[in-house]
Formats: sequence, C-alpha cells, structure tokens
Amino acid sequence: MLSQIQKKRRIHLVVASGLLLVIAALLMGYGFRDGIAYFRLPSDVFNETPPPEELFRLGGLVAEGSVIEDQDNTIFEITDSDHAVVVVFRGILPDLFAEGQGVIALGRLADGVFSATEVLAKHDETYMPKEVAKALKEKGLFRAPVQ
Amino acid sequence: MVGCVVAELGHFALILASLVALMQIIIPAIGVFLMWPKWMHLVHAAALLQFFLTAIAFTALTQAFVQSDFSLALVANHSHSAKPLLYKLSGVWGNHEGSMLLWVLVLSLFSALIVWFGGALPIRLKTLTLSVQAAIASAFYAFILLTSNPFERLTIAPFEGMGLNPLLQDPGLAFHPPALYVGYVGLAVSFSFAVAALLLGEVNAAWARWVRPWTLVSWVFLTLGIALGSWWAYYELGWGGWWFWDPVENASFMPWLFATALLHSATVAEKRGCLKSWTLLLAILAFSFSLLGTFLVRSGILTSVHAFATDPGRGVFILAILIIFSGGALALYAWRGSMIVSDNVFAPLSRETALISNNILLVVAALVVFIGTFWPLVAEIIFGRMLSVGPPFFEIAVTPFLVALAILLPLGSTMPWKTASTAGLRHLWWVFLSAVLCGTVVLFLDNAHSTLGALGLALAVWLAAGVVADLAKRAGMGRGGIRAALWRIFNMPRSEWGKSLAHFGLAVTIAGISAITAWESEDIRLAETGDQYQISDRYALRFDHLGLVEGPNYQATRASMMILKDSHEVAQLFPEKRFYPVSGMVTTEAAIEMGFLRDIYVVIGDSQADGRVTVKAYIKPLANWIWLGAIIMSLGGLTSLLDRRYRLASVGRSRLRMTPSPALER
Repeated sequence: MLSQIQKKRRIHLVVASGLLLVIAALLMGYGFRDGIAYFRLPSDVFNETPPPEELFRLGGLVAEGSVIEDQDNTIFEITDSDHAVVVVFRGILPDLFAEGQGVIALGRLADGVFSATEVLAKHDETYMPKEVAKALKEKGLFRAPVQ
Repeated sequence: MVGCVVAELGHFALILASLVALMQIIIPAIGVFLMWPKWMHLVHAAALLQFFLTAIAFTALTQAFVQSDFSLALVANHSHSAKPLLYKLSGVWGNHEGSMLLWVLVLSLFSALIVWFGGALPIRLKTLTLSVQAAIASAFYAFILLTSNPFERLTIAPFEGMGLNPLLQDPGLAFHPPALYVGYVGLAVSFSFAVAALLLGEVNAAWARWVRPWTLVSWVFLTLGIALGSWWAYYELGWGGWWFWDPVENASFMPWLFATALLHSATVAEKRGCLKSWTLLLAILAFSFSLLGTFLVRSGILTSVHAFATDPGRGVFILAILIIFSGGALALYAWRGSMIVSDNVFAPLSRETALISNNILLVVAALVVFIGTFWPLVAEIIFGRMLSVGPPFFEIAVTPFLVALAILLPLGSTMPWKTASTAGLRHLWWVFLSAVLCGTVVLFLDNAHSTLGALGLALAVWLAAGVVADLAKRAGMGRGGIRAALWRIFNMPRSEWGKSLAHFGLAVTIAGISAITAWESEDIRLAETGDQYQISDRYALRFDHLGLVEGPNYQATRASMMILKDSHEVAQLFPEKRFYPVSGMVTTEAAIEMGFLRDIYVVIGDSQADGRVTVKAYIKPLANWIWLGAIIMSLGGLTSLLDRRYRLASVGRSRLRMTPSPALER
C-alpha cells in the first residue's frame, strides 16, 4: 500500500518535473533570441554585414586619433587594422577607455554606423576583454599587457 | 626583523596543516570501518590541530600585510604602505592567493565547529564527516601550495607596494568575499554530511536535523554576501545597476538557489522522513555549484566584469577538484542512494507537495542560470562562435520560475503536513484581494502605466500579507481573546519566526526589484556649471561647481550638484572622478542620496575641452528595498538557527530525539 502510493507520487513528480523542463527549454529558446549577442570584429562586419535589427558585440582597438566629442555623443572608430567601424555612443565611457586600447561595444549597425548602447573597456590595468585578446592574437596584433 | 621569519613560519604551518589533513582522512576512516574507537577519536585532535595551523598561516599573512612586508610578492603586488589599515587587512583576501588561504581557513574552522558543537552526533557519522572535510581541505592545501603560494618571496624587495585595486578599497567589498566564502564553504559541511551518510547507508530524522543548521549558516552568509556584492556594484562601479547576470554573479546565485532548496527539503526530511535521498542529492549539488563558482571566478574562463588576474593552470586544478569530489559523490549516490527510502506518504495537497514544488522550481531556475552562464563556452567549443548571453535571456528564462515560486509560497507555507484542504486556505482570500487591490491602485496612480510594476508590487503584497495572514491563523485570532492569541504567537518556535521573517524579506526584495525595474528614470546630458534642468517629473538638478580635490591617495575632479524638488533644495551631491597615481587607475564615484522610497544617483564622466561634463542622473524608486529585503531574509535565517531543537540536537540532551538507528549509534 505504502509503496504503491509512493510509486504513484514518483510518477506525478517525474511528469511535473518533465513538464517544467519543457517549459524551461521553451523559455530558454525564446530567451536566446534576445539574449544572445555575437562577437564580431570590424573585418567580420565587413565580410558579412549583420541586419540592422541584430544586437551584437563589436570588439577591437579604439583607433588612434579617432575619438570625437559631438554634442552629447562620443564618436570613435573600432579597428582590427584591416577594417574599422564608426561607433556612436551616448553615455559615460568606462574609466579605462582610451585610444589604442581594447574595447567591446554592444549595439546595432545601421547605414554603416554602429550605435552602441554599452561600451566596455578593460576593467583594470592588466586585463583585456577575452574575446578581443583572442581575436587580436589570431590576427597577430595582440600586445601582452605590460606588468 | 621578526617579519623575516613570520612568512616562512606561515608557509611551514600550512604544509603541516596539509599533512594533518591527510592523516585526518585516512586514520579515522579506517577506524570507522574496523570499529576501532581510538582511531576514530583521533579525528577530533586532527581537526582542531588543522584549524590551529591554518589560523597560524593566515595570521602570518595578515601580519605581512599589516607591516607592509614588501619582500613577499603578494604584499608587494597588492598592498601599499599608505593604505588605511582596514584595506591592508582586506588586501589579505582581496587577491587570489590570499582568498584561497581564507577558503581553507573557513573550511578548517567549520571542521573545528563540528568537533565543538557535534557532541550529540553518532561517533561514526561525525568521524566520517570530518574525514570528508579533511579530504576537501587536502585538495585545497595542495592547490595553494602547488599553484598559489601566498608566501612566495621576492629576491629583491621593492620599497613600495603596487597598491590594491582602488575599486576594491571599499568597506562593502572588504566584507563581501569573506561572507561569500563562509557561505560556499558552509555548504561543504552539508556535502560532507551527505557523503558520510551515504557511506554509512543511513539517513534518519536526526541526520536532517544535524545538517539543517549548517546549511542555514551558509545560506545566511550567502544571502548577505550576494547582497553586499550587489550593493557594492550599485554604488561603486557607477553603472547604476544592481545585478548584471554576470558569470561571477551567477556563480554565487546558483549555490544560493541550491542552498535554498536544500533548506526546504531538509525540513521535509526532518519532520516527515520523506525526500531523504533527494536531500542528499541537493547537498551534493549545492557544494558542487560552490566549487563551480570558485572555478568560474578563479579560472577566468568566461568573460566577466570581475577581472581578477586569472591563470588557466589554476582553473584546471580547481576543475580537477570539482570533478573528483562532485563526480565521486554523485557516483556514490548512484550506488547507495537507493538504500535510502521514505518512511511516509502524503496527499497531493499538502505541505510536502508544496515544498517539493519549491524544490523543483528552484532547481530548474538554477539549471537555467547554469545553461545561460555556460552557453558562451559551449558555443565557442562546439560552434566556434564567440557570443555572450545577456540579461534579456535570464529575465525571460529565469524570472518566470521565481515568480511561480513566489505565487505558490503563501499557499504552501500555510498548508499543514501530510494532507491539506482547500478550506484551510480560505484565510488567504483577503490576502489575494488586497494584492489585487494594491495592483489596481498602483496601475491607476502610475503615470507610466507599467503593468510589470503593478504586478510586481501585487506579488510583494501577496507574499507580505500572506505572512501576516499565516501568523494570524497560527495565533488563532478569535479563539480565546487577544491575550491568548498573543501568547500563542510569542511562544511559536523560533524556526517559525525565522520562516515568517525570511518570507517577508523576500516580499520586500521583490517590491524593490519591481519598482526599480518599472519606474527608474534616467537623464544623461552634457552640462556645465550654472546649468539647471529637470531630471525627472519631480526632480531638478542644479550644477553648482566643478573643481579638483586632493584625497589621501588620489586626485579627484569633484562636481557639486544640488537636487531640487518643486524648487526646494533637497540634497547636495558630490559625484567624483578619481585618479589613483600609484596604480594609474581612474574610478567613477557615484554620489547617491539614499532614501526609503527612492535613491537619487548621479555620476559624472570626463571633462570635455570646453569645460562641460557628461552628467548621468537616475531616480531609483525603492532601490534600498532590494538589500533591505536580503538583510531581513538573513535575519530570518539567524532566528531559525536559534531554534531550541538545534541547541538540543547539538548538546544531545534532547528528549525529543528520534530513536537513532543502530548503524549510526554505534
């Protein structure tokens, strides 16, 4: 008697958990549509331009001499030495943002201009965003941080 | 010149501690299986000695930091003689090597606490638990001694240290890592108890009662640690956010979800003798996720805003520890778990069912966080694409489970054990109505017409009023007058008070999260001194002054701003941009006017050539409720910890004690 009820409970439990996992999978699938941002270098953007509605992360180095303040916006170029993309950002730049430094911007590309909603620079003096470091290493442009 | 040997003494003590730990694994375990009491009893002395030696090592390192002994590489890299004492002290654990030393210190402290407070534990269970603790400790001693020695000397000592990262020079962050570590490491105790119980093949009500307080301690510290970290990020990073779904934050959130589930399932195991095997599994998983968190933070395998200097070699070592311990424990569970059977059955509508639902929702939420956190790694390895998973994913895929949990909570927590009736839930009708009323009023009054905000606040009222209704029901309002009701309520067990407090705290946090998400306002523009402008419907900002100030170890550009409400001055704020010459770092110091109902949060950017600066001003409604709620939750945990039955369980004079099984008693 005891074990039969327990067996029934176990079946209920498995069905309920299974159902929740299915819901979780559906929610995750839906969440991945908005929540995933691909990482691209300017060359990737040049080779295959993403659609204007796609949110992605553009990474590279801040091109030397490219930073301009225009009204409330900051305009600069992100480069991987082969290609460069113009970035417009409205907001407060991170403390370690500087020309020649690694940077990642989150935003959308429309008409050749990347409108960034977020700009991440390295977080301390020895750190470079991992994707940028890796992509630049592949291109042979990476300079190890000076200790 | 005492300092010259202190570090070597610390190093030596750490090596000795690792040898003691090795002994503590083997000899007592042999004693348990061969029934040699003297060998088993050795475990007490070993655990205490190990704690003593680790404490010496930690004191030695602290001494080196306080005295600014720059001949130690760690001190030279992370400290500076001009730093205030508090930050010299927090510098001890504000770096990789020191924080791992803190890890083993807390672990050995917990082992010592088991010796001191585990008087009533059956000797075999206690001995095996301490053996497993020692096994975990040995792995971490090896990790420290082989890959991250904090006592490494420099051949040439510099005259001055490189300083601690100025972002970390903050009281919030001084105590955030130790609190999290106590939480992480406390789960090791539950893990060791679970493995010991599996080895002995026996779990009874007493076992659950012994495990629960340890889980509670670690849950309280995890809650506080996460809240401190979130608060630090809020006011120190100057981004204005309080939670970013960053891998390192998720690394602390996943163990918290498992620990919360474990707390609730251990209650069922203790009170009703069901879910015993599931509780064992949760105890194993909770600590596995703590190790995973340590691995995530220490390996730097995922891009995170928390940029600790990282090293893949260390990551691999921690991964090995994770695989050996979690894999081993899970294999043991697969082998012996079926030996543990439930003693009881329950109806579909009962507190047991409610707590099982709680557990499933928490575990599913944790799995979703896990997948979201590790997806970038999977994508890179399998699809060769670099990507990041951002907050929208977690908001869509995790929130529904947590909301479902909050909806079920008042229903479940008021149900009786074994079997409940819908009639017994009738007193929740007015709770439901007040929640609906609150939501409707908010929706009408709110100019922004935020459905999300209204629903969130309604949910918070549902939870908070549910707690009150549950207390009123327990007091038996109407039965025997107000006096008798008050007497009943004040004589409730402390664990019941703890539960009410914790659930109420959750309501407060949910209210804060909903309000800040729905009604935060943000203004960003370039401004110069003399400007005055509206930053929201009700508040205006007047930019009075911009000047340079000299701090103890930094120079700052400081703005002076006046916040006006209906043209009355309400607060003067001084946001800063600081430059630390020693480390060459620039930091943003947000100026926050804290209030019970709203925070006003102002940050400035770099000055332009024309003298203007970017000014970002936020109004953040109910911001402080997020952390206030977490504090109330921790207080709830503490209150529960003071419950009489745990004291009795620890001292061992309980008349309530269930008849212990012969296997555990011998």
